[in-house]
Amino acid sequence: MDNFNLKRKINIPWLFEMAWRDSRRNRSRLLLFISAIVFGIAALVAIYSFRFNLEGDINSQAATLIGADLTISGTKPIEADLKPLLDSLGDKRSEQRDFVSMVYFKKAEATRLVQVRALKGEFPYYGSLETTPIQAGQTFRTGQNALVDKTLMLQFNAKVNDSIKVGNVTFCIAGVLNKAPGQTGISAGVAPTVYIPLQYLEQTGLSKKGSRIQYNFFYKFNSKVDVEKLTKRIDLRLDKAGLNYETIQTRKENTGRSFGDLTRFLSLVGFIALLLGCVGVASAIHIYIREKITSIAVMRCLGVKASEAFIIYLIQIIGIGIIGSVIGAFLGSALQFLLPSVMKDILPFTMSTNISWLAIAQGIILGIIISVLFALLPLISIRNISPLNTLRLNTDNAIINKDPLRWLVYFLILLFITSFSTLQLGSWVAGIFFTVGVSIAFVILTVVAWLLMKVMQLIIKNSWSYLLRQGFANLYRPNNQTIILIVSIGLSTAFICTLFLVQGVLMKQITLSSSGNQSNMILFDIQASQKKSIADLTRKQGLPVIQQVPIITVRLEKIKGKTSSDVKKDTTLNIPSRAFSFEYRVTYRDSITASEKVIAGTFVGKAPTTGDIPVSIEERFSKRNHINIGDHLVFNVQGVSMPVVVGSIRQVNYGKIQTNFQIIFPTGVLESAPQFYVLLTHVPSNKASAKFQQVVVRNFPNVSIVDLGLILTVVDELLDKIGYIIKFMSAFSIITGLVVLIASVRISKYQRIQESVLLRTLGASRKQIFAITALEYLFLGTLSALTGILIAVSGTWLLAKYSFEIPFAIDLMPAVILFFVITLLTVIIGLLNSRSVLNKPPLEILRNNA
Amino acid sequence: MEKVLQIINLSKTYQSAGNTLTVLDDINFSVLAGSTNAIVGPSGSGKTTLLGLCAGLDAPSSGIVELNNINLGKLNEDQRAQVRNQYVGFIFQNFQLLPTLTALENVMVPLELRGEKNIKALSMELLDKVGLANRSHHYPSQLSGGEQQRVSLARAFSNSPKILFADEPTGNLDAETSEKVVKLIFDLNKEAGTTLVLVTHDLDLAGKTQRIIRIKGGKLVADEPTNQQ
Repeated sequence: MDNFNLKRKINIPWLFEMAWRDSRRNRSRLLLFISAIVFGIAALVAIYSFRFNLEGDINSQAATLIGADLTISGTKPIEADLKPLLDSLGDKRSEQRDFVSMVYFKKAEATRLVQVRALKGEFPYYGSLETTPIQAGQTFRTGQNALVDKTLMLQFNAKVNDSIKVGNVTFCIAGVLNKAPGQTGISAGVAPTVYIPLQYLEQTGLSKKGSRIQYNFFYKFNSKVDVEKLTKRIDLRLDKAGLNYETIQTRKENTGRSFGDLTRFLSLVGFIALLLGCVGVASAIHIYIREKITSIAVMRCLGVKASEAFIIYLIQIIGIGIIGSVIGAFLGSALQFLLPSVMKDILPFTMSTNISWLAIAQGIILGIIISVLFALLPLISIRNISPLNTLRLNTDNAIINKDPLRWLVYFLILLFITSFSTLQLGSWVAGIFFTVGVSIAFVILTVVAWLLMKVMQLIIKNSWSYLLRQGFANLYRPNNQTIILIVSIGLSTAFICTLFLVQGVLMKQITLSSSGNQSNMILFDIQASQKKSIADLTRKQGLPVIQQVPIITVRLEKIKGKTSSDVKKDTTLNIPSRAFSFEYRVTYRDSITASEKVIAGTFVGKAPTTGDIPVSIEERFSKRNHINIGDHLVFNVQGVSMPVVVGSIRQVNYGKIQTNFQIIFPTGVLESAPQFYVLLTHVPSNKASAKFQQVVVRNFPNVSIVDLGLILTVVDELLDKIGYIIKFMSAFSIITGLVVLIASVRISKYQRIQESVLLRTLGASRKQIFAITALEYLFLGTLSALTGILIAVSGTWLLAKYSFEIPFAIDLMPAVILFFVITLLTVIIGLLNSRSVLNKPPLEILRNNA
Repeated sequence: MEKVLQIINLSKTYQSAGNTLTVLDDINFSVLAGSTNAIVGPSGSGKTTLLGLCAGLDAPSSGIVELNNINLGKLNEDQRAQVRNQYVGFIFQNFQLLPTLTALENVMVPLELRGEKNIKALSMELLDKVGLANRSHHYPSQLSGGEQQRVSLARAFSNSPKILFADEPTGNLDAETSEKVVKLIFDLNKEAGTTLVLVTHDLDLAGKTQRIIRIKGGKLVADEPTNQQ
């Protein structure tokens, strides 16, 4: 033995060179692998960039969102003992009262329900009331002037210096309100704003006792004051007085939280696109390595170590990952410029579109990680490829199946999916559920594919036609693609179909209908004394009185004997403290309505003369606050404590437009409490609506009218926008799914080509090859799509029942369309792949594929 | 003369559906440095398996394979790869060129692995010897079968092997090309002083070597010199 050294150093530069050389003749095949990563990463980077910009904007614009350092608000006039405290806060103070009221546009002779803001002081201290002309934001405060929201100005064709009537007072329109602090395009559409000076509020006659007014106090601190500390100090007193407060910091947190939910959901949609990409990467690399077995065996023969062969292909995969991720990241960065224009109406601030290098870096790193992780399973098999394959090719899967390292790879994949989905969904439980769901889908599809192969082996009979036998036998013959195609096509179908179905289920929940005889107009703030005359007036106009219900405002004082402070002190009580901060609008009646169903206990319509008052609570209220039949509650009814017991729990169908209540009292208890009435009617046309509104406003200026037709249009627009955003993001999943489908079917080409060429050589006609290929892919496509859709339907049912807690009612049409599209695409792509076999002489193909 | 390959009590068995299949049974022989040897036998007699074991492509079930005094049974697969790179050259029936590498790059690989210098010039010289210097930048798919086998020959001699294993080197070639390739194998072998072990069922080709080892049913049935001394 002459100076033989068993330990040779790994020559890294040579490995890079080999990786480059080895990829040279396969780059067109790698293009599909790259596409699989590109769209998933693009979706995520777009969302990440959007999220980072959003966070930056919230931080930089939080002060202008709230307009002051501190805001204190409540629904009751401030009591005398609290006034000195409120007057002692801040260096500058402003006061504003908000309420909804009908406003009459004189020139247009039309009325509309608006959000009236009666303001005193220099608010906003940060940002401004953006008006046209600019100075109107300041000058309107000095006289009998108003600022009117631009949507109203447009709707009623009003001009500056026109007049509007709010209650009993006529104001001159000093300017058009373009934007107020914290206002979104959508909120302006639902309840457009009119600003008036506070000193005229009393004259309007709209601030009488019983009116639902929000009292706001805005503070600006000139000196450096720790507002958070200050609010902590006065928190208890404010809480006792039923007042809430908001600081720049809390607004920042709240805004961030509400948009956090949105970006989290969108990120999850993006993640699904990425997961589909992972399926594409895994299946493509699997076949790629399988094709490389001989090359790897030759290299091993020539002295390449197992680890070196592994590194050569790992370098290629990392290279592909980097290229795909970089393209995806920059595509995503470009796409994020579209998101703010899509979302501008639901954002309360100006959205910036800076290139987020952090998002790009995250996208690229994530792309590389998933490329490597999902390619690892086929990659580790390289270590086991024997040089003996140069003498006798053995493509047996056993080399992968026997490798103990595969368990580590499975674990890493599951860990990655769980961690990443947890990050997206913000909860471990949700992350684990998501991963378990994906794993179950994977297992189901694998089992279906395995069963298919077994069943085919059993049922194929010699009596079948040759084409049928050949087409179906391809499903279980050696080197078949049945499992990989059914899993990848099935998973893609399941992901995309789930997105469609969940979107449909969610949309169904909030789709309102103003058709037929359903109520489309609501009159509220009707005083007890006006109840009868308004009902008469409605009927006189030829309109039905569909419902007229009393409403009483109450607060919860005790739940099962525990007060708000008990609950705050002891978190083990399992009662959310926010249950005490709400004002509940309750009613009393002796029966349930058609849209209600008692699901526990007995509904009591008339209060018993002795004993506890039995109330009926709504199912979700019961679940949220952990209140059950027989539990004791104490309500504060306008200052009077009223102990009750839960007598029944109701399920309420909120889909119908009518007054629905969380809490219903029996008759004979609240009749003498301060209350107002709500009347529901149906107006047949816009003309009838305008006429009715004018008559009501003229006779009962305090009564507010909500034209649901108008609101529904705005809500529809909002839903359209949200739906568009979801569809926009889902499009990435669909494109990636398509790429995976193409990749999956294309890679099977290399397995089938040899066989088809042999058949051609033996004399099979083009028609016969066409039929055999079509049959195989038709069967694969049908089964994959069907299984994927069934998984999606089950997944949607689980999500509807346990996550969204809404009824499971799906529209099967998208699923049916998806079924045909996926099946057809599978067959078309399969046939397109075979066209070279069909159109060229066998020898040419044999030479090219040698 | 030095023994470059020693096979002692070599057996190879496979487990198939619960049965033990003996492919090679107690084979013993040795190969002297610089000699030319042929392993012949009918299809399925175990000659390719024997070649694989001799070259360290597979591990035996029992027995010893000593290549250049290194007991391959004591090495793991990576160490055997090192041995192959250092001492062994291969010629395959189906050429086994790396399809993504040019002719020149295919020849360079064994030298690159050894970290040698002046690789390109040496490889070009070898390609010139096999008459393919002008095709050095062509990919295998752009070469004919005979040309591919000549590139394979240049590669096999590039690391100056102690021993050259050839598995049916003319099995995929026509008669005329076969003749040229065989001549090249023997000429290059003589020039380099390499030991040649070739597996073939072509008795004419086997007759060109100095010794024929006959295998039948996994057993060595004859080991005789030819008249090519």
